[in-house]
Amino acid sequence: MAELQFREAIREALSEEMRRDETVFIMGEEVAEYDGAYKVTQGMLAEFGPKRVIDTPISELGFAGIGVGAAMNGLRPVVEFMTFNFALVGIDQILNNAAKIRYMSGGQVPMPMVFRGPNASAGQLGATHSVSFENLYAHYPGLKVICTSEPADAKGLLKSAIRDDNPVIFLESEQMYGLKGEVPEGEHLIPIGKGKVKREGKDVTLVAHGKMYHVAVKAAAELAKNGVECEIIDPRTIKPFDLPLVLESVRKTNRCVIVDEAHPFAGTSAEVGFLIQREAFDHLDAPVLRVTLPDTPAPFSRPLFDLWYPSAKQVIDAVNAVTYRN
Amino acid sequence: MAILIDMPKLSDTMQEGVIAKWNVKVGDSVNPGDIIAEVETDKATMDVEVFDGGTILAILAEEGQAIPLGGKMAVIGKPGEDISALVGGDAPAAAPKAAAPSAPAPASAPAQAAAPASAPAPADGGRVLASPLAKSIAKDTGVDLSRVQGSGPNGRIVAADVRQAPTVPAAAPATAAPVAVPQAAAEDRDIRISQMRKTIAKRLAESKFTSPHFYETIDIDMKQAVSVREALNASGEVKISFNDLVVKAAAMALRKHPAVNSSWLGDTIREHGAVNVAVAVAIEDGLVTPVIRNTDLKGLAAISAETRDLAKRARDRKLAPEEWEGSTFTISNLGMYGIEEFTAIINPPNACILAVGAIRDVPVVEKGAVVPGKRMKVTLSSDHRVVDGAVAAQFLNTLRGYLEQPATMLL
Repeated sequence: MAELQFREAIREALSEEMRRDETVFIMGEEVAEYDGAYKVTQGMLAEFGPKRVIDTPISELGFAGIGVGAAMNGLRPVVEFMTFNFALVGIDQILNNAAKIRYMSGGQVPMPMVFRGPNASAGQLGATHSVSFENLYAHYPGLKVICTSEPADAKGLLKSAIRDDNPVIFLESEQMYGLKGEVPEGEHLIPIGKGKVKREGKDVTLVAHGKMYHVAVKAAAELAKNGVECEIIDPRTIKPFDLPLVLESVRKTNRCVIVDEAHPFAGTSAEVGFLIQREAFDHLDAPVLRVTLPDTPAPFSRPLFDLWYPSAKQVIDAVNAVTYRN
Repeated sequence: MAILIDMPKLSDTMQEGVIAKWNVKVGDSVNPGDIIAEVETDKATMDVEVFDGGTILAILAEEGQAIPLGGKMAVIGKPGEDISALVGGDAPAAAPKAAAPSAPAPASAPAQAAAPASAPAPADGGRVLASPLAKSIAKDTGVDLSRVQGSGPNGRIVAADVRQAPTVPAAAPATAAPVAVPQAAAEDRDIRISQMRKTIAKRLAESKFTSPHFYETIDIDMKQAVSVREALNASGEVKISFNDLVVKAAAMALRKHPAVNSSWLGDTIREHGAVNVAVAVAIEDGLVTPVIRNTDLKGLAAISAETRDLAKRARDRKLAPEEWEGSTFTISNLGMYGIEEFTAIINPPNACILAVGAIRDVPVVEKGAVVPGKRMKVTLSSDHRVVDGAVAAQFLNTLRGYLEQPATMLL
């Protein structure tokens, strides 16, 4: 085990897979000469050369399409978006081509590719650079969606994503690239679709992925001081979602709060909440609550941003509500 | 200017006091330091003294009446002074006149229990609001939800409400009368709940329901303890009981295992610097737990004399509050009743309590032969938030070591 930054864990996964399989390559804006906008691909041009670490023009629709074409022709591309806000420009290639070609060809054309890059808010970046996309990509059949919260999970799941024969959306965060954690060296694979109970507790289940996992951890520490023990599940993969793991926990705690850095309507939290009520109805002692962004775009102003962004306080309030401790 | 005398806080845990006796009446003059009343608290009967002199202008509570802390008892001032502002009804106490006509405590208790049965809680057009879990528990346990009072939002019945509800069948059949009513041997008797009984009920229920108890029992060879005690008492100067030996041994074992001599404080655990062993003393209508301070530093003779004195004054209800406060560990001994072993409820804020059974004459196997032996079982109840199983076991082993070889207590 080595202590790595999140960005280093991703780089390790990329490099290991590129050493293992010469059909794997990475392309995107600034990934090569500049060593990556967030230094994820630092040193990779030197190791793998310009044929496998490829700088692209600022043309997301174009290079996302090149990625789809490369995958159709037997390569395993990893397409980096400088942020997923920019992927909107190339979203036709993702939603209509990458996600559907395998289905439309009756399984004859594989689509082994990964779209990866930072997602969701990274502070005061304004309305257009702060969007959470996991629910959007998870909505359309054909894509797998991964959003991890810790370096070890990032490495294990990115390696699995690169080896998967389906297109995978792999979501990161600018604010977590410097986050450190113990990361197993070498062959560390985490299956796609498996969540993890990261804190055990008997009183309430918190489901939280990505940056929200860390908000949940903070809330749980505060609540523990008052004798409320939260069980925290990090689903790690948004789609396919590890529903059995969440249900097992909810059947134990009888309460659930979902923490999701996305808007409420048709969000991941809405889907997970629905599934819990359908599958664990008789075990619920309170409605499933969620802490999400409000139904407004990101504000730029600091005071408004602080109100907009999900906080540990909101999680604590929700837990108090579902445990009837008001 | 007239002064209101209100119910003072006479013990750490008291929430109300019952006027046991008035020593004064309206018109009497009093001096600072005079004892104007005796008040029964949750632990003992205490004197209420006044710090100002004057004339008793009003007595606002009758004997036998319970007054909450800070509630009005009496007014002292100059004769003829207008005291209507002080006697007015905005103080914390219920006005005595209003309190008097309400039913006495015993009658209201059953009424409260019966209330849910007669008053179903449907808020929503006759629909009972209950969480899905509450409904499934009710179905499994046979609780009639229409008779459960919901504590959640909009009166929603939640799991906790169902778990507390009685599982009796819904309605007793009204036609069950024809059978001859059996003649009762004695009439039912409702007993007024004393302050002490209230405190016991509240504190022990709180302890048992909030601190996760676990129990460990150990069997101790008391052969040497029996002969040591006989030898000590033969001198005629002291009269050491087995309980004294247990107290002494427990105190020394606590010094070696500070984790057991601890309290759960919510966000921290406090290991107490002093070993203060409390001894449960049964008295009429309850029990008290007077404390032998710095028990580990005292010899058997001192422990014995102090225990005897505390127990006697406890039975006479003459203990001062500080004599039952500040314990760090409690011992309850029912050996004199022939109880072989039992489990005790932890005395908060202690982390553990030791339940001591009788010394039994039992056959034991020594060196392959059955010989007469003396054995005593003790059971430690521990609060698992503070003490883990292995810690409790190590403490019990140290305790056993001291009692099986009392001479080691001299080391």
